[in-house]
Amino acid sequence: MTTTTAPAAGAVAPRHHTPVRRPSLLRLTGVELRKLVDTRAGRWLLITIGLTTAAIVILQLIYAGEADQTFLNFFVPSLLPVSVLLPVLGILSITSEWSQRTALTTYALVPRRERVVAAKLFAVMLTALASVLASLAVAAVGTLVASATGGAGTWEFDWSLVLNAGILQVTSVLMGAAFGLLLLNPPLAIVGYLLLPTLWGVLGEMVKPLRGPSEWLDTSKTMEPLFSSDALTGGQWGRIVVSLLVWMVLPLAAGLFRTLRREVS
Amino acid sequence: MITVENLTKRYGPHPAVDDVSFQCEPGTVTGFLGPNGAGKSTTMRMICGLTTPTAGRATVSGHPYQELPNPGREVGVLLDASAQHAGRTGREALTLSAYTMGLDRREVAAKLDLVGLNAVAAKRRVRAYSLGMRQRLGLAHALLGDPRVLILDEPANGLDPEGIFWMRGLLRDFADRGGTVLLSSHLLREVEAVADRLVVIGGGRIVAQGDKNELLAGGGTVVRARDSAALRRALEVANLSAADSSEGLLVQADAEAVGQAAADAGVALAELRPASGGGLEQLFLTLTAGESTKEAVR
Repeated sequence: MTTTTAPAAGAVAPRHHTPVRRPSLLRLTGVELRKLVDTRAGRWLLITIGLTTAAIVILQLIYAGEADQTFLNFFVPSLLPVSVLLPVLGILSITSEWSQRTALTTYALVPRRERVVAAKLFAVMLTALASVLASLAVAAVGTLVASATGGAGTWEFDWSLVLNAGILQVTSVLMGAAFGLLLLNPPLAIVGYLLLPTLWGVLGEMVKPLRGPSEWLDTSKTMEPLFSSDALTGGQWGRIVVSLLVWMVLPLAAGLFRTLRREVS
Repeated sequence: MITVENLTKRYGPHPAVDDVSFQCEPGTVTGFLGPNGAGKSTTMRMICGLTTPTAGRATVSGHPYQELPNPGREVGVLLDASAQHAGRTGREALTLSAYTMGLDRREVAAKLDLVGLNAVAAKRRVRAYSLGMRQRLGLAHALLGDPRVLILDEPANGLDPEGIFWMRGLLRDFADRGGTVLLSSHLLREVEAVADRLVVIGGGRIVAQGDKNELLAGGGTVVRARDSAALRRALEVANLSAADSSEGLLVQADAEAVGQAAADAGVALAELRPASGGGLEQLFLTLTAGESTKEAVR
């Protein structure tokens, strides 16, 4: 409602109302970003992600051969553990509203639930991109230390890797969020997310007729080329898109449908 | 202003809420009463767009809740005080909502102060809150956007007597300044003390609604005087029919008319009160008899 405060309105309303605007998507994304860090669980998850990146680099400084201590070799291995942890962040961002019952407050304040979901997706995507920056920064520090301690310390790097890393982490976090939206229950979503693709991978190995489809549907396989600096072929991109359709877009759509219709109580 | 028109919610074949219609006017407190499982909470959730009705509609300030651009500035909602993230501090819970609504950060401190949560309590995590503190936090949350309408489900639950007294004053004051309050409660005496209008629901259907005094006055008036013969004459003169009862004379008129009749005749009264001594409790039990046994299961 866009009522301006006419003098007569003051007698009725307990308080004068400035014109009321709906909260912008930017504002809602800010709120969701804040929700990621304002609880102990969320804060520690982010700290863990950061520490994992640092730990990988430190381990390499200690154990990797001196020639291998390059920026590239510090950066790439740090991506994998982060891409495992980020989906958990995506899952918790969505499901904690239901497990902690804050959905009652959130959706009473923003009854257009799709706006809240969009803000949550933006928030976790921004976090995923920030994780890539963190990986770059930690790798840079590692390289500096390596060059000071006798490692190769070379900066040779293919910047298309940053794009690949961004795609990897953003899709990882979105896959988690999609499972969260679909299952709306933290343990179920986390177990489902970790188990189903793995199970699929194992089945693909064991059952011969599944080996073909598995090449296209097993995200751990289709995403593998993203870790190398070689340019991806059209076929590789195709496989990434197909696997993401199944593991990200489909649960995202079904989950959105479910979240919009679900009774909040 | 809250308008509820023919709201119905079915879970399978079981109607949790069945064709419920009522209105809450600005300047009034409406008490929403009913046994457990009668459909109070479901009705309130439907008003707030959290549950989709099977049929019917509800509007707040003339708009369906979902079409309010920034609902928190128009309606304060407290549906469940325990529905807060246990790991957030009280202040953080309010800050998130204040930011969502686009309010000044100072509102958070002001509302915490208003509901009597001090700085130490505000910094504690909600996990450590008692139910009473959660209710206060919930009220602060409902009041945060300075709304014109309040929808409160069992807000007195868990509050101590002093807190209940305080809340009664707060709601009365809110309504007297032109606000609209819809309040559900099991604490009948609290509702009786603060509500202007009552909506009584049983088994998903409205069994009674109207002005509180009218609903309660249904039983007539009990009047007693030392000189009961003179009182009888006075009532006859005023054309009021009186019957004997164990407590005194039972008159089918309101207390004001009976008192005036006695005063006109110069009769000193020893007692003058509404007949149904149970008040709201009596009314409630009569209206919802048998309903409480079939708790809604869904």
